[in-house]
Amino acid sequence: MNALKLVFEKREAVSPAYKFISPLLAIVMSLVLGAIFLLASGFSPLKVYYYMWWGAFSDWYGISETLVTSIPIMLCALGVALAAKMLLWNVGAEGQFHMGACAAAWVALSMPGAPAWQVLPLMVLAGMAAGALWALLPAVPRAYLGVNEIITTLLLNYVAIYWVEYLVHGPWRDPVSLNFPLSAPFSDAARLPFLFGTRIHWGLVFALAAAALIWFVLGRTKWGYEVTVIGENPRAARYAGMNIERNIVLSMCIAGALAGLGGMAEISAIAGRMTRQLSPGYGYSAIIVAWLGKLNPWAVALVSVLFGGLLVGGYSAQVIGVTAASVNMLQGLMLFCVLATEALGRYRVRIVREVARAGKEVGVDG
Amino acid sequence: MMADSMFVSILSAAVSSGTPVLYAALGELVCERSGVLNLGVEGMMLVGAVSGFLTAVRTGSLAAGVLAAIIAGGCMGLIHAFMTITLRVNQVVSGLALTLFGTGLSGYLGKSVIGVPLSATFHQVPIPGLSSIPVIGTVLFKHDLLVYLTYIVVPFLWFYLYRTRPGLHLRSVGESPETADALGVNVFSIRYASAVAGGMLAGLGGAYLSLAYAPSWLENMTAGRGWIAVALVIFAVWDPFRAMLGAYLFGGIDALGFRMQVMGSGVSSFFLKMMPYVFTIVVLIIVTATAARRSSRAPEALGTPYERE
Repeated sequence: MNALKLVFEKREAVSPAYKFISPLLAIVMSLVLGAIFLLASGFSPLKVYYYMWWGAFSDWYGISETLVTSIPIMLCALGVALAAKMLLWNVGAEGQFHMGACAAAWVALSMPGAPAWQVLPLMVLAGMAAGALWALLPAVPRAYLGVNEIITTLLLNYVAIYWVEYLVHGPWRDPVSLNFPLSAPFSDAARLPFLFGTRIHWGLVFALAAAALIWFVLGRTKWGYEVTVIGENPRAARYAGMNIERNIVLSMCIAGALAGLGGMAEISAIAGRMTRQLSPGYGYSAIIVAWLGKLNPWAVALVSVLFGGLLVGGYSAQVIGVTAASVNMLQGLMLFCVLATEALGRYRVRIVREVARAGKEVGVDG
Repeated sequence: MMADSMFVSILSAAVSSGTPVLYAALGELVCERSGVLNLGVEGMMLVGAVSGFLTAVRTGSLAAGVLAAIIAGGCMGLIHAFMTITLRVNQVVSGLALTLFGTGLSGYLGKSVIGVPLSATFHQVPIPGLSSIPVIGTVLFKHDLLVYLTYIVVPFLWFYLYRTRPGLHLRSVGESPETADALGVNVFSIRYASAVAGGMLAGLGGAYLSLAYAPSWLENMTAGRGWIAVALVIFAVWDPFRAMLGAYLFGGIDALGFRMQVMGSGVSSFFLKMMPYVFTIVVLIIVTATAARRSSRAPEALGTPYERE
């Protein structure tokens, strides 16, 4: 009558080596779990993973496309991570991204003859302002009334996407688009320039600059210190006279502005016109990326590239019949695995054999 | 008379449109009452919807479809339970992961049945006698069986939570797990059971969408209803009857928008589609702002993992 039982014992401290290994462990775990799903639906996981790797990282073209795809994820995820530092869950990056794209498109479409040095900076400003405004809507009730920002930011995504649908089906529809829901194409001046002869564009520079700025602000300035304290101990922050409400609004707006900038860069450099297929869910991937990168801006930037690769790889795996949704599934699995490995770092797992009569415990470290 | 019958038909549509949200909200309510916040409702509903639809297509049996949805939803709830109760992972992140995973998984599983018709769907079964009562008969008693099931589940849940000993235990685990534990209540098993039951109800809500309300499978067909259910629980101050009221209110807005679309009101259909989301946000803000003045509030231990010292 032996019963095996899993027992979790709290560790004194997480070992530094484990902290470093755990994200890698999580990725391996999620690939293994993903393989089970792929096998169950009749695909060879090795073949799928090979195609994904081959599409995303095997040559310069793949790598450049991976970087292109990582740009919107990076900008959204940096914002999500900044807000999460203050324990705010910005699940609305997807909507802020779309509103940013809308505002940038509005500038581009209403200044068709203007030179690039006029239209591009205005598009950047409009995109960031629209993203910030879309984040302000849930930020103010969250700061002053305590309204759950997870639900409000998420529901606003649907509103933003219907707004885009309205524009491309209605007032912005290009009369010569043969009834496709597309706006007129932007003028060349409104297109963000590419770099190095690839499709990598200035958005990457924006994103890396944002990462550097956030890293600097969080680590080296008074405001960054306030954000960290508020996130770790709001009560202490209140006693120290920090204005929590104002900081909630501010950090949410910065998060929205970054996502809006992502939308501007994507529509200006890649799409070149308003369309309803701007994002395969960059704003949602951003949540996973922020967590996987432990809210550290540089780590977030790095993980964004990995996720860009995952999406690009996903496209090339479609050649052998794997659907795009499998990439979303894999991303979700990854977040679970990150959470699980983090938790396992905090606990020592033991398999305990409970011997019914003697009551002896035989422990095996795991 | 004309306006009157339209009013009745909107109310009736409000009940059927509110039912999937009601199931999901009841599930979340049970889960939160035990102290576990599950933001994975959207994902659980989607997995329920696709499992139910796939099973119904393969077997031709609606009952099998509903059962599959309940089981699939329960499995999703079990994942959340393992992550948050056993591993004591942050409940918010685990819930978000569940939604993202469920969205991906349902899209992956459902690819083969997009556009496939269902041989049998739930159809109206007017309740003899009751359905001939003017207005109320049409609004409440000319629906399918899954709608009638909520008429039993809601009072049952209320009775269970407020008038039985296991219900008292469930609530005590959500209010003060330490005290409950000291009194010999098994905190872990109650939380596990509540999370799984919550998943089952969310799965059933998903099945209502894919088997009865709009018999088909579409990627992301829940369109945020899982999140609206989470908001409804707050609106309902964790009370099943108020959840029912909230669900029908949401259903009413949804039905009204749809009706205006069909009649050609001049307002763009995209604005009408935004209405339920905007409405939910506004209601959530009002309810939260006035919550301080009311006596009812969230379960004390909601969102905090329990660890035996």
